Formats: sequence, C-alpha cells, structure tokens
Amino acid sequence: MLQIRKAPIAAGMLFILIFPWAADRIPGIDHYPDVMIFAGIYCLITIGLSLLMGYAGQISLGHAAFYGIGAYVSGILTTRYGFDPWLCMPIGALAAAAVAVAVGAPSLRLRGHYLAMATLAFGVIVNIFFREQRQWTGGPDGMTGIPGLSLFSFEFDSILSYYYLVWGIVAAAFFFTIALIQSPVGRALRAIHTSEPAAAAMGIPIARYKIFVFAFSAMLASLAGSLYAHYMNFINPGTFDLFFSIKLVIMMALGGMHSIWGALVGAVLVAFLSLEWLHFFEQFEILIYGAILLLVTIFLPEGLAGLPAKLLERARRPS
Amino acid sequence: MTNGPLLVIEDLVMSFGGLTALMNIQLRVARGTIKAVIGPNGAGKTTLFNIITGVLSPTEGHIHFTGRAISGLKAHQIAALGISRTFQTVELFTNMTVLENVMVGRHLRINSSFFGCGLALPHIRRQERRLRAQAMEILDFIGLADKSRLLAENLPLGERKILEIGRALATDPLLLCLDEPAAGLNETETEAAARLIQAIKEQGITVLLVEHDMKVIMNISDEITVLNYGEKIAEGTPVHIQNHPQVIEAYLGDGTII
Repeated sequence: MLQIRKAPIAAGMLFILIFPWAADRIPGIDHYPDVMIFAGIYCLITIGLSLLMGYAGQISLGHAAFYGIGAYVSGILTTRYGFDPWLCMPIGALAAAAVAVAVGAPSLRLRGHYLAMATLAFGVIVNIFFREQRQWTGGPDGMTGIPGLSLFSFEFDSILSYYYLVWGIVAAAFFFTIALIQSPVGRALRAIHTSEPAAAAMGIPIARYKIFVFAFSAMLASLAGSLYAHYMNFINPGTFDLFFSIKLVIMMALGGMHSIWGALVGAVLVAFLSLEWLHFFEQFEILIYGAILLLVTIFLPEGLAGLPAKLLERARRPS
Repeated sequence: MTNGPLLVIEDLVMSFGGLTALMNIQLRVARGTIKAVIGPNGAGKTTLFNIITGVLSPTEGHIHFTGRAISGLKAHQIAALGISRTFQTVELFTNMTVLENVMVGRHLRINSSFFGCGLALPHIRRQERRLRAQAMEILDFIGLADKSRLLAENLPLGERKILEIGRALATDPLLLCLDEPAAGLNETETEAAARLIQAIKEQGITVLLVEHDMKVIMNISDEITVLNYGEKIAEGTPVHIQNHPQVIEAYLGDGTII
C-alpha cells in the first residue's frame, strides 16, 4: 500500500523551520536561506512534475514555459496595469492551466520521445515569445520594477519573511499532492502509468486525467514563477529558457522520478549546485550537470530517494 | 431494462488495411448466461473483444448493449455502461498491491474529484475506508483475501488471472468479458478459475468468454460460438458444437484435437 510516512514529513518540516536560525549561526553559510528561497520555488515546480512524470508517467521538457508564464503575468499585470500582486498569482496560474490544456490536449496523445519533443518545442516557442514581444515583456532585457509582496501592512521584503512565505506555500502544495497520491486520483494515475488499456477498462478517462495533471503541474510552475518575480523584482527571458526545463529534469532524475521526496531533494540540491557550489565552474557548469545526469541514470536510476531502500537492502544481504 | 439479449452484435466487420479480421459477425449474448467464443488462433476472438470493449472501432456493423448503441464509444465510456474485461496477456497494475488493484476497479463507482482528494476532505476519507472494505469483500469472494498486501507482480500467474477477474468484478459489470482466463494455468488453477466463473454467473453477471481449454468451455458454457478466419462457422450448445463437422475440421486442420 502506498503510504507516505509521517516521520520524514515531521523531520523535514522541522528542518525547514529551524534552517534560517541554524544557518545564521554557522559562518560561511549565513546566506543559505536566500538560496533556500530559490530551492523552495523550484520545489513547487518539481512537486507538480513529480505527479506528472513520476505518477502519471508523462514527460515534459517545457515546464520552464509555465514558470515563465507565471512570472510574466505577474510582471506585466503589476507594472503595467497596477494589479495587486496576490491577484496576479491565481490569474497567472489559470492562464498557465489554460495554455496547458490547449497544448496538452493534442500533445498528450503522444508518448515517450514524441511527447518530450512536443513539450520541448512548446517551451522554445514560449521563450521566443518572451524575447520578441518587447512591448509586453520588455524583450531580452526583461522587465524591472515588479513590486514585492505585502499582506495588510506586513511587507515580505526580508529574506526571512520571504523564506517562510515560499516554504509555507511549498508545504501546502506538498500536502495537497500527497493527499492526492494516496487517493483514488493517485491510484488512477499510477494505473495509467502501468497499463493504459487496463486503466481504460476500469473506466478511468485517461486523456482527461493526463490533461488535468498537466494543467495542475503548470499551475504550480506558474505560481513558482510569480513568487520568483515578486522576490527578484526583475525578470528576463533567460531564466525561463530551455536550459531551465532541462535543469528541472535533472532535479527530477537526481531526486528520483517516482517519489515526491525525490522531487524535493532534487530541487534543493540543484538549487544549491547552480546558485552556490558550481558557480566557480562558470561555463563548465553544464558539463557537470551532464555528468550528474549520466551518473545518476547509470548508478541510481531511482534517484537519491531510492538510496535508503537500496542501502537497506545491501545491509540485509552482506556479500 | 428489457428482457432482450444483453449484447447484440449485428453485421460486424473489422478490417485492418487489406486484412479482414472479422467478417459479418452476428452474435447475441443472453442475460445471465455464460457464452463462449472459441476458434483456432487468429480466428478474430480477441479482436471481437477489443471491439466490444471499445479498444477498437469496428469498420462496419452495430453493437447494442442493454438496447443502446455502443460502437464507437471510448473504452472508459463502455466500462461505465457496465462492460468489464480481463486481458489475454494479464494487464494488472503490477506496482500496486492486490487490494489496490481491486480498489482501482471501483473507480467508476466513487467520487474522485481532484480537489476533494487533494484536500483530503472528510467524505473522501470515509469513502476510502468504505472502498477498502468493498475491495476486501471481493478478495474474499475470489479467494485472495490473505494476499491483499502483496504486490500484484509477486503473485503466481494463476492468481494474477484470478485477481484480474476480481478487479473487473469491482466495476459492478453487467457483462464480464474474459479473454482466455485459463491460458497458461495448470489443472488445479484451471479448475479454480472455472469454479469462479460459475460463481460469477450465479451472482447474475453475464459472462462472455474466449478460451482454448475445451474442458472448461464444455463444462461451463451455456452457448458456444465458433469463429474461424474471422467468420462464424457454428453456434449452439456444447453438445451441438462438439459434434459439428465444420468445427472438428477447423480444429483438426489447425492440428488441435478437441
């Protein structure tokens, strides 16, 4: 029976709660809460991707586009039309969902490599749109002056407050998703993943489920994009390009496609790799990602999330 | 509900490119009976199943189920109308437990709203408990209750086939289509499968059966239809079929002996 254990959740929550406090007391990593904000933003995307790729078994190489849609909807509506930033988040999410349904309806009929290519092309097209529609998006230079978030008179302008805001939203998305996984919806998705003919014979409307999950993951990515825009106050198309879509896949592969924990671990690790630890390598960064992807697929096909089970098995059978 | 046949197939033609898999098939399945479709390999039996269950759309012809035209509907829509099936190659949800497989079978009968499930609303949680109990009842009926927590892929073939039948039963079907339920089973397992099929009939569920095991067919079917090269060559009671010259010829020509 698929059961999400409670102990790791409690440990994870405790870690997130005390992390800023602890980081502040350790010299050299006191700026890590800032990195963790980006990690949280990535987590939001990978939680949705985990449902889409790990549970429903659909590949997307275009989720940077939905991330970008959220960011640009927030950016454009706040700077040009004076919308309240909070209002922009659901608007962006709904826009992303609408695009996902429009793109997903034809392309989710595709499988495997074809679906990957279709979503990849979609991501590239959206990125070109961000670059070329200067009067809306500011073109390659991007847009500045995106307001921060505030609630009543409280401004989320410190790293600490934004950290807890982002991780609060990640927690909500996480709990929603694990409830979903353990419900009839989750079983239906896993059924589709294992055998489409059998799932259909059980009365599961496969196309509708795939599109729903695609749209849901697009909404989470869009929400992440909005959070990014309001944190950075500045966006440009480079953030939402093909390389980011591929980075998302690396997060999934590194953490483990088939586990929601993998989605979180992968997102946090890649956030630290790309923003902290690999900075030093500059343009060779991409080579290192390639190497990581290669090593993980060869030696850890289940990702880091599969590591505990693997070690446990090895410990039980010493030979 | 009328008292007419549960399933009526008229003038059914199925061709794949130049190959005609089924030619002008007429078939009626009476309520509450076990109907068997037999025939040598390549006779079109599985194609017929795939058309009835909406996996394939027929080239020509009509299919009526409880008086309603169903040809051209999608597989999940046909399942919702009350036709369930098993697969020749056993299509279980291998990475789920035995219990979960049956729970997926209840999908049509439950509320699976995306947000209700994501928010774990109280009625969804109550439903989950009810669902588990219903699935256990079915496992009791098919005799797999003590294996409920095993992964489906760890069952031996005989039990996998039985579980597939249980999963199909969980949809509350009016018509249960079984595609070679005894294929690959040893004698004991085959007998268990035959007993189960009869128990299903006793529950009032109509069974349409494709099978090669003649002993099973002759023992449990009420009526048999024989296909050969996509055409119906005979139809009748087991005794009638056993003595039908064309049937004997079709099978002897294939090297199989009844």
